Amino acid sequence: MSAVELAPHGADTTKPKARRGDIAWRWWLVMPALIVLLLAASGPLLIVLVYSFLEPGNFGGVVWNFSTDGWFQVFFTRDIFDETLVTPATAHLDIFWRSIKLALYTTLITAILGFPTAWFIATRAPDVRPIWLFLVTIPFWTNLVIRTFAIMEVIRNEGLVNNVLRGVGIVSAPIQMLFTDFAILLGMAYVFLPLMVLPLYASMEKLDFKLLEAGYDLYASRLRVLWHIVLPLVKPGFIAGSILVFIPAIGAYVTPRILGGGRNLMLGNLIELQFGQGRNWPLGSALALTLLVIVVIALLFYIRSTSQPEGQRHG
Amino acid sequence: MRTTRLTLAAAALAASTALASAQDGGQLNIYNWGNYTSPEMIEKFEQETGIDVTVTDYDSNDTALTRIRAGGHGFDIVVPSNNYVPIWVEAGLLQELDPAEIPNMENIAERWRDVPWDPNRTHTVPWQWGTTGVIVNTSVYDGDINTSAIFLDPPDELKGKINVIPEMTDVMNLAVNYVGGEACTNDRDILRQARDKLVEAKQHWIALDYGTVDAYAAGDIAAGVYWNGASMRARLANEDLAYGYPKEGYPVWMDSAGILTDAQNTENAKKFLNFVLEPENAAMISDFARYANGVEGSDAFMPEDMKTAPEIVVPAEHEEAAYFSVTCPAEVQQLYTQIWTELLR
Repeated sequence: MSAVELAPHGADTTKPKARRGDIAWRWWLVMPALIVLLLAASGPLLIVLVYSFLEPGNFGGVVWNFSTDGWFQVFFTRDIFDETLVTPATAHLDIFWRSIKLALYTTLITAILGFPTAWFIATRAPDVRPIWLFLVTIPFWTNLVIRTFAIMEVIRNEGLVNNVLRGVGIVSAPIQMLFTDFAILLGMAYVFLPLMVLPLYASMEKLDFKLLEAGYDLYASRLRVLWHIVLPLVKPGFIAGSILVFIPAIGAYVTPRILGGGRNLMLGNLIELQFGQGRNWPLGSALALTLLVIVVIALLFYIRSTSQPEGQRHG
Repeated sequence: MRTTRLTLAAAALAASTALASAQDGGQLNIYNWGNYTSPEMIEKFEQETGIDVTVTDYDSNDTALTRIRAGGHGFDIVVPSNNYVPIWVEAGLLQELDPAEIPNMENIAERWRDVPWDPNRTHTVPWQWGTTGVIVNTSVYDGDINTSAIFLDPPDELKGKINVIPEMTDVMNLAVNYVGGEACTNDRDILRQARDKLVEAKQHWIALDYGTVDAYAAGDIAAGVYWNGASMRARLANEDLAYGYPKEGYPVWMDSAGILTDAQNTENAKKFLNFVLEPENAAMISDFARYANGVEGSDAFMPEDMKTAPEIVVPAEHEEAAYFSVTCPAEVQQLYTQIWTELLR
């Protein structure tokens, strides 16, 4: 039985049942947040939904006629040269897949890099931990675009890394790093790393290190302790971190555009294109909602697949 | 009785504030492209008129249009591109201008008076104009640069070192021109050729990026599709760079200033439009952003390096290939978007 599992169950069962008044009062407490959510999230979302079923205006905007063309265009393409020919929109599929792949890689890289970092912080003396956490959050102080341009300066052909490499004599011609997939992943990992480190740290901080000692006492190797004790216990941190990284990463487009050079569209770029130069708001709305559905499905799938084995193990 | 006194007091207050603002010239809120409004020119205007000017930036025609349409913006002047001016006028977002109130409209150069996107200049006055062409580092490639082949059929020396601005309409039109069509064409055969040409050429492009003056100057990029003023700035940093006017056709654009229908400071806005049409002041704008203006007689005040710049003064032999960029019909725009998505899939 893990400590993490104990907490919520214990809290619910040991307390006497809340009285009706209490519950009503709690609803009042949550009201401000609910109202903000309703106005700021559901409202716009509803507008997006409505727009996706309208006709595009000539110069952007929408015409108030019902149409399913927007949704049709998400999944199918009318051939430019023969309008009767309808094929699946493989271009959109490619772009969706590219964004999903990028988000998955980013999640994986930040998890691999974030775990040791969080572990390092969690194992410092309690009074210096806030300093390390504070350092992790420093990148948040600067605007995303500026940080991305800073990375660009470092890895461009005439940038810091190449100049140093050439100065030392390791390479003779500059290595092309900017405008490659490497650049995109580097930028994404850098931008999203704190979002992985912080929840991981939160779950590690609560870790009972006596359990690790118990493991060693029972002759478990370091790897076994890591695999059978540490990882299951910090899993909630991984889940929270992965969600925090994956969702914004799938819609990210500033970083891929600047560092990747914009040769290939990301989902975010594709949606922006429809609202901007493409002047097809219904298609843009439908694409945005498709992205939303993908995120929700990924979330449900992820939560299901990560919560089941734990239940079995303890059940 | 009480109400009357209150009303009177309010009226007096209103009158005194009106008086005060008349004394200090009041306000003017300009909504313009980023890095496009000469601060010296604004300072001069403020000194001459006592009007307090605020400039707010936008980064694209679409951003500006969306924000103004949403209302509650508080702006008086906006500077859309020629292909967007008809949209603004059609939507009733711009006031009609009266030449009697803006006497300097007489200074508008002949070429920019009766323009297709604003016949007889009823709604806008010229701000700056430029062209979209190609830029080439001549130390890398010294052949003919006045052609779109630079990015559509690149010579071996340039392959893998080309950047294309991510302006769908401009790039599509250049490609359509290259295969022999007219901008915003609906001709499927031409579109097919343009698409094939683009898809084939893309493998030789390193990026589709905007802000690359430094990258050109530093030699990171050797060629690309670019604007004339930016090309000039790049050349001033690296003299190997040259600007080419594609002989197959290249778009000319002009950003024009107009007064918003719901402007709060219409009178000040008129004063400002009159001010920027003064040759000396128009030259200050050009000096800042490095594009030509459309004001007769401003040449005399232009900085020396712009008077002769081949990027700014279109050489006579390249004038013929120029055409005004226009707003493509919605149907064509959708075909363009489809090809563009296909290209960047």
